Amino acid sequence: MRTTTPVKANGNAVTAAASAAENSRRAGRLAERVFRVRESGIVVVLAVFVAITAAIQPRFLNLSNIQFILIDTTVFALLALGETMVVISRNVDLSVGSVLGLSAYASSNLFGAHPGIPIPLVFAAGLGIGMACGVVNGTMVAVGKVPSLVVTLATLYIIRGIDILLFSGKQVVESELPGAFLDIPRSTIFGIPDLAIAIAVVIGAGAYYLRTYRSGRELYAIGSNPEAARLAGIPVGKRIFTAFAASGAIAGIAGVLWAAQYGTIDSSAGTGYELQVVSAVVVGGVAIFGGSGSVIGAALGALLLATITTALYVLGISPFWDQAIWGLLLILAIALDQTITIRLTSALRSRRTRHE
Amino acid sequence: MNNLAERLRGAARWETGLALVVIAVLIAGSSASPHFLTGGNLFNVGLSNGEIAIMTLPLTLIVISGEIDLSVASILGMASALLGVLWKDGWPMPAVFITVAIVGLAAGAVNGLLVTRLGLPSLAVTIGTLALYRGIATILLGPNTVASFPTAYTNLGVNGVPGTGGDVTYSTLIFVVLAVIFGVVLHATTAGRSIYAMGASAEAAQFAGIRVKRIKTVLYMVSGLVCSLAGVLYTFRLNTAVQNNGLGLELDVVAIVLLAGVSIFGGKGTVIGVVLAVLAFAGIQNALFLTNFNQEASGIVTGALLLASVFVPNAARWLRYLPQKIRPRKISPQEIGPQET
Repeated sequence: MRTTTPVKANGNAVTAAASAAENSRRAGRLAERVFRVRESGIVVVLAVFVAITAAIQPRFLNLSNIQFILIDTTVFALLALGETMVVISRNVDLSVGSVLGLSAYASSNLFGAHPGIPIPLVFAAGLGIGMACGVVNGTMVAVGKVPSLVVTLATLYIIRGIDILLFSGKQVVESELPGAFLDIPRSTIFGIPDLAIAIAVVIGAGAYYLRTYRSGRELYAIGSNPEAARLAGIPVGKRIFTAFAASGAIAGIAGVLWAAQYGTIDSSAGTGYELQVVSAVVVGGVAIFGGSGSVIGAALGALLLATITTALYVLGISPFWDQAIWGLLLILAIALDQTITIRLTSALRSRRTRHE
Repeated sequence: MNNLAERLRGAARWETGLALVVIAVLIAGSSASPHFLTGGNLFNVGLSNGEIAIMTLPLTLIVISGEIDLSVASILGMASALLGVLWKDGWPMPAVFITVAIVGLAAGAVNGLLVTRLGLPSLAVTIGTLALYRGIATILLGPNTVASFPTAYTNLGVNGVPGTGGDVTYSTLIFVVLAVIFGVVLHATTAGRSIYAMGASAEAAQFAGIRVKRIKTVLYMVSGLVCSLAGVLYTFRLNTAVQNNGLGLELDVVAIVLLAGVSIFGGKGTVIGVVLAVLAFAGIQNALFLTNFNQEASGIVTGALLLASVFVPNAARWLRYLPQKIRPRKISPQEIGPQET
């Protein structure tokens, strides 16, 4: 904030008080605005990026390209939804990539094993596998009271190991999968992929839940201060367990969608996705130590990363630049969050002084 | 004093447990395969785990100081790519080494400054630099492979250290020397005590006059330097510089450090523990390899050990507290109150 408090040498108390009041009013406005500012920040970055790319290479904005970006985003936006719930509660889920891989193979394999199996049943299988993994993570973190970073790092290995032991050397290929299943990411309405719309609705529902429902708000409270949340009577363990179970279930669904999107699945599906998902969440303004951020921000973070990948491709910049740009962007996003937090804290402090 | 003795006992128990695991692995491995305890196999174990082992040492100090560094394997990859590019451009090898070392230091300094001077969470920062440094490696090499290194250097990955019967690799020797240096610094110097202090409470350490930010920055720079050394060893061992050298190794390195009993929250852990954890990790991987277990799935064992590393101490604590909970509380006469007559 650029406000100065002119306290004159003769100590005009009225001026000083008025200026302090003005100061704190601005602080209040800032505090209220700042919770929205991160999402709009990403939208601005996204818009600038798209505008520059389109100005250099107009074919960036053609329909098939946009469809491609949206479809590319869906899996990551879904994973980011689950990850956001976990990160908000001051935890992290590093096992999402492995859960996605296990679910992708095990569920798509059902088509070969049981020809004619209804597609919703396959999705239910993916959901079940994912939720089972999430329940294991959640139990260990919430009941065993051990750091989630360690637990999910371990299950990242173990779930991937199970995937490899069961399915190593095997492959599900496109010809084994029914056409209706493969069409899921490809069907469009008015040029917009159905799947992108469905995911947007899911994300919207997730955002509404976290913002409005008591149990959603409690996740933020737990992330801001776990001890205070416990003293306030919030069932901390139960909420954290639920967040992990949800993250696992979502990763399971994402695995089935991944299978539909790529058509060829082996035991390495989704390797390394955990870091990309955490990147998307952090770029989207979710604080890595919990307590703030939104699902919409995280989904926009996933969209931004997918857009950058495609934009670099369209601009003819070697895809070898992707990762370095991702990394820089991630660091910039964290630094920006830190600046906002510091300003917000000092603004809130000056508002509190007035009330005293 | 009592408290200190208690803590020492607790630490000793963890390292003892690890030593038992190592012994169990040795017994199981040698009974499962006659090749397990041979010199040639020792050489192979040293070769395939050398770089990972070397990278665990600086990370141990960083984790004890209360931070984390996930960019270690990317610094390895960046050093490897730089080595390849500069050598292909005809630089003399000593100049290449100096440049690689400086870049490693700089990479660590960037991590350290972002964490200490800007006050950013190290988990997020080093996920960012994990992508950034791997990205730089990818930009440097692209799809190319450099494989024309002079045999004088690539022999490092083929021959053992002279005087050991060729059973000890150079990377093992470097690990042992570094482990001694890191052990002395951590356990016998003021700087080492300061690292524990800031891990226990950065604020208290700051007030006690410890230069927390400076020491953390130096730790990250040391990590960068050591990881670039690991990158050089990795490149010469495989005689190949490609952009994805060492991809994903950070998880193995972190897993070993946590397995060693180093607390993820800082302030706790020993170099002896890390050495034992390296032995356990390498021994298990190798035993699984010799028994034809699917090599890629050996992560299951790493993961299980990692879980054990957090659950065993917790279980021990529960068991200690359990009798107190079960035992019925004695009721004192005062609580019952004066009896009516």
